Amino acid sequence: MELIQHLLVSLLGLETGLAATLANLIWIVLQILLVTIVVILCVAYTTLAERKVIGWMQLRIGPNRVGPYGLLQPFADVLKLLMKEILVPASADRFLFLLAPIISLVPAFAAWAVVSFNPTFTIANIDAGLLYILALTSMGVYGVILAGWAANSKYAFLGAMRSAAQIVAYEIAMGFALVGVLMTSGSLNLGKIVESQQGGFLAWNWFWLFPLFIVYFIAGVAETNRAPFDVAEGESEIVAGFHVEYSGATFAVLFALPEYANMILISLLTATMFMGGWLSPLDGYVAADGALAALAAPSFLWLGIKTSFFLFVYLWIRATFPRYRYDQIMRLGWKVLIPITIFWLAVEGVMVWLKIGPWSE
Amino acid sequence: MSEFRNFTLNFGPQHPAAHGVLRLVLEMDGEVIQKADPHIGLLHRGTEKLAETKPFNQSIGYMDRLDYVSMMCNEHSYVMAIEKLMGVEVPLRAQYIRVMFDEVTRILNHLMWLGAHGIDIGAMTVFLYCFREREDLMDCYEAVSGARMHATYYRPGGVYRDLPDTMPQHKPSKFRSVKDIARLNASRSGSLLDFLQDFTDRFPACVDEYETLLTDNRIWKQRTVNIGVVSPERALALGFSGPMLRGSGLAWDLRKKQPYDVYDRVDFDIPIGRNGDCYDRYLVRVEEMRQSNRIIRQCIDWLRANPGPVMVDDRKVRPPRREEMKGDMESLIHHFKLMTEGYSVPEGQAYAAVEAPKGEFGIWLVSDGANKPYRVKCRAPGFPHLAAVDEMVRGHMLADVVAVIGTADIVFGEIDR
Repeated sequence: MELIQHLLVSLLGLETGLAATLANLIWIVLQILLVTIVVILCVAYTTLAERKVIGWMQLRIGPNRVGPYGLLQPFADVLKLLMKEILVPASADRFLFLLAPIISLVPAFAAWAVVSFNPTFTIANIDAGLLYILALTSMGVYGVILAGWAANSKYAFLGAMRSAAQIVAYEIAMGFALVGVLMTSGSLNLGKIVESQQGGFLAWNWFWLFPLFIVYFIAGVAETNRAPFDVAEGESEIVAGFHVEYSGATFAVLFALPEYANMILISLLTATMFMGGWLSPLDGYVAADGALAALAAPSFLWLGIKTSFFLFVYLWIRATFPRYRYDQIMRLGWKVLIPITIFWLAVEGVMVWLKIGPWSE
Repeated sequence: MSEFRNFTLNFGPQHPAAHGVLRLVLEMDGEVIQKADPHIGLLHRGTEKLAETKPFNQSIGYMDRLDYVSMMCNEHSYVMAIEKLMGVEVPLRAQYIRVMFDEVTRILNHLMWLGAHGIDIGAMTVFLYCFREREDLMDCYEAVSGARMHATYYRPGGVYRDLPDTMPQHKPSKFRSVKDIARLNASRSGSLLDFLQDFTDRFPACVDEYETLLTDNRIWKQRTVNIGVVSPERALALGFSGPMLRGSGLAWDLRKKQPYDVYDRVDFDIPIGRNGDCYDRYLVRVEEMRQSNRIIRQCIDWLRANPGPVMVDDRKVRPPRREEMKGDMESLIHHFKLMTEGYSVPEGQAYAAVEAPKGEFGIWLVSDGANKPYRVKCRAPGFPHLAAVDEMVRGHMLADVVAVIGTADIVFGEIDR
């Protein structure tokens, strides 16, 4: 990465002053483009993976017509949706109706700025990274509420109301689960959170923070409105919930895209906070100078594998469970998940005090 | 500040959980249902009136299209009514075939119901598991009648033809490997009875599979236990029948209480529920599938051991055989007259009811002695069940409406007729 940066600087012959600032700017824009494009491609193939994996679980074969093994299916889908007419209902508030998708799209991508992809690459290596992510992921719900409200349809309205209530409940559980992570890492910087988990599989946060790990992932599934918490969409109840009136590009690029981008983000964050991010699970188990030393080295690949695993769990859950009712989701959030997190924070406090586990040194 | 009021939600007729064309006008207080008003008539085809304009034997096909997921049971009721009026005695083998296919139909219907109910509540995998087994049973329909759904297999006096000795095989194609084809054809090498026997061997394990996904699933139980509770008294007063009645704890089953055909010769149990909620009705239907499997098994054993005629030997009812028609002018004319003009049924009226998968399905026939019925009336089990939806969903939430519609096993073909 730094190599490219140096190359850019020397190519342009820019070393100091305004010119250097310009080079820096170009460099940042390149980084943003890189991450955005990769995320969009990941989203495209997550949709395909979803259809394939769930297809296999359901004795189907999934899409297999566009390209070999259906590999070009996502592009066919995008093309189809982009060419469709964007309908705005006559009774809808036109401005808010078109603003809502943008509001849900922007935070879904902006959150990726602070993600730590490997020991050296982060677009913005800021210290309050975790707060930034919490802030942005909860921004997404405004898009959902606005969409439901602006469409002026009762189904969309019900979906928006459900979504609003659900997000409030699960944000809290999610936030508390992350407080537990902060207590072990002592930093809000995602890179530092990963570094604090060094020492192999059992040194990762999931071991000492197991209840928080589970709560965080459940809250993450709820936060992204995925089954079994997809009441805001509620296919069989409120048809499509908040996006019932959206069509074509507004639906595709601006609702499907954030949903899957958020799914990937939550999987990646779960891997980062609880499963050691880009650290190798074999770190400390293989000799540092042996033939297998490369396996113990931190790498983006480890992060990719862990993220894919959590994405798979997302799909697995979707294929297995029935949908919760809206009030049952509330009950689970307020009466089960939040007490668990608070209880475990207390346990953690005792562990810190008695210097047990990761706090022993 | 504006005044908050209840609002009205139009649920259907175009809705993923409307089970066809149900239009439900819901009066809601937030998410809670105050009143549910089912509207019918969107699938009305005038079946009863149509049947009055045709000779008796030409309306059998319409009966398939009433409750289009339990086809042969509807036929059964209609041909039984005609047989009652004409005083025709059906050969024993035909009775066994009918009972066997009634139970095949029951499994077909319950699989469809289970899949749709699952998808309504959000468990979509069950749906595809159910359709895997449904496909095999559809093949049985096709093997005996040539049609996968609208069979017209039962005829007054028996059934259309005896069970076939061979099953159609899957053919190799570019989408299926030789290995897949061999696996698919493994159970199809013998007769229909061999195929069905293989199915009955496999099926209990399949039901276990559906149950692992649902029965002890916490979410499934939260969504169905104590939802849409109907007390035994109310169930009777509302005119429930079938699994809806048995779910409330009343052991009423026409197959036991007034056995028709050979139901008194086969051994089976009728499951009943205790609380009358959606979960109990789910358990009742799942157990019914296992019991149907048992009945099919007994029928297979009997049918293997006892060959014989499958149609009454009465030329007023039974059309001439093909080989007779090829060489005999009178037979050809006879066949033509039977198929176009039909036969006259003695004056009188008859009601014949069967325990269809959804409940009591009955046909009331009035004949004035002509070759067409004077009046046909269908007693569709779904109608009272739909009428009770309002009572079952009051005070529940929107998501429960879907569960209740699912548990009532509503099919609009029979409700609108």
